[in-house]
Amino acid sequence: MRAARLRVSGLFWRHPWAKALLLLAPPLLAFALVYLAALVALFVSSFWSVNPFTTEIQHIWNLGNYRTLWDSSAYRTIALRTIGIAAVVTLTDALLAFPLGYFMARIASGRSRAFIFVAVLLPLWSSYLIRVYIWRLILDNDGVLNWTLRKVGLPAPNIGYSNWAVWLIFAYVWLPFMVLPVYGALERIPESFVEASRDLGASGLTTFRRVILPLALPGVIAGSIFTFSLTLGDYVTPLLAGGASSQFIGNVVYESVGISNNVPFAAAFAAVPLAVMGVYLLIARRMGAFEAM
Amino acid sequence: MEQRSTRIALATWSALVVLFLWIPLALIMIYAFNKSNVQSWPIAGFTTHWFHVAWSSTDVRSALWLSVRVALVATATAILLGSAAAFAVARFAFFGREAVSFLLVLPIALPGIVTGMALNSFFIAGHITVSMWTIVIGHATFCVVIVYNNVLARLRRSSASLLEASQDLGADGLQTFRFVVWPVLSTALVAGGLLAFALSFDEVVVTFFTAGAQNTLPLLIFGYIRLGQQLPVVNAIAFAMILLTVIPVVLAQRLMRDTGVLRRGATAAVVTK
Repeated sequence: MRAARLRVSGLFWRHPWAKALLLLAPPLLAFALVYLAALVALFVSSFWSVNPFTTEIQHIWNLGNYRTLWDSSAYRTIALRTIGIAAVVTLTDALLAFPLGYFMARIASGRSRAFIFVAVLLPLWSSYLIRVYIWRLILDNDGVLNWTLRKVGLPAPNIGYSNWAVWLIFAYVWLPFMVLPVYGALERIPESFVEASRDLGASGLTTFRRVILPLALPGVIAGSIFTFSLTLGDYVTPLLAGGASSQFIGNVVYESVGISNNVPFAAAFAAVPLAVMGVYLLIARRMGAFEAM
Repeated sequence: MEQRSTRIALATWSALVVLFLWIPLALIMIYAFNKSNVQSWPIAGFTTHWFHVAWSSTDVRSALWLSVRVALVATATAILLGSAAAFAVARFAFFGREAVSFLLVLPIALPGIVTGMALNSFFIAGHITVSMWTIVIGHATFCVVIVYNNVLARLRRSSASLLEASQDLGADGLQTFRFVVWPVLSTALVAGGLLAFALSFDEVVVTFFTAGAQNTLPLLIFGYIRLGQQLPVVNAIAFAMILLTVIPVVLAQRLMRDTGVLRRGATAAVVTK
């Protein structure tokens, strides 16, 4: 028995590629057969259509779904709103996260750094749906925000069920995704780089602009992949906390599948964020964001 | 070193951001005890009644049970596939190694509706009817990368020469795994597994597209909130879910700290270099 086991170990030792293949085959096959095949199915079915009378899918290739998307100003507005709010949310999170990451990496003591780290990590893993829901309660006309501002004598903002609410909630739920890679990138900057810059006569601001910021940028971009992509592909927040003009691409897809049962059209509209993210990921890769993830 | 005023400004900013993250979570804890059906602030009075209502609801129970089963199977799948891929990437140099990481991260890097819609079209094209297993397939695809990242990070920091030493001393593959690999790896696997479980248990965006008429706990809550029904029950579940996610994350956090074995391994690696 033991001899046989030793022989097997020896075999793998002499032929490491056999072991590598044995390890890689199951995950790669699973991904190819399910995930990549699913992406192909998405792409292919976006060229099909639905019989308006029987609601059955017709396997006839045509560009009808894409033409509908292109011609309709309503869908164009929805696509632009989705991409626009995703960009603004990403910018907001970068602005909120950078000073925090800087404080954690370069100023905070070990204890307070560990405390902030866990304080950022826990909301990330607590239920997404619950965090959206609680903001719906906070921003409601009878919610905490209006109540507090009225108490201190300020006018109530009444931003519940609006694009403001959608923006604020997205910025809130995805913020930890930005903080962690930004902190990681800032923490990896060697102190000697900063010292060298100061020794060469650069002011604090110049050191920040010419040394720290370029080295931290891959972290910001790594974070932005998540904040941008997650906003781009969401329908829960606009549905629960948005108003009449808060429809996202995701909402149209959600309704096409859940209500009107038009899967080909939903697939075509879902291809839009896929294309946007494809371009975004290529740029991010160029800028070294993948090493910072 | 930064000026004193800069340091104070950054500390204040950081404190405000952490408060921004935590005040809503604190508020939902209060709402769970709201006596009234109406969710306005301040809450009408204190009661624990809604916890009983939530716990005795058959809808909530069956949704919870489905969520737990899905999360367990998805986590097990993710552990098997994720650690196999991590081993291959950490221990072998081969063509397209970068592409493996990229492929595995895609399901969470791409927008949720893309992954959801892709799986939906896939199931329809393949004439696969929705069941618990279609939900599991969806969850497993984006849980793999969580385990993969945790295990890969651990393997990269441990030295491969430990394996060679073990084999030089006459251990076979099984013994090497039992006495050398497992002690280094076990905590990373548990940590990755806990995080994968938490992710699966909470997922709603992709799940809608793979669940059909079934209700996982998040899908049930989503329906309640959307229709404005059973909000006190939602509050009570929210309270429980926040507490329940805190436990695995804190545990995972502790487990990912370096173990004694690792630290010695890392020192050895530095010395031999």
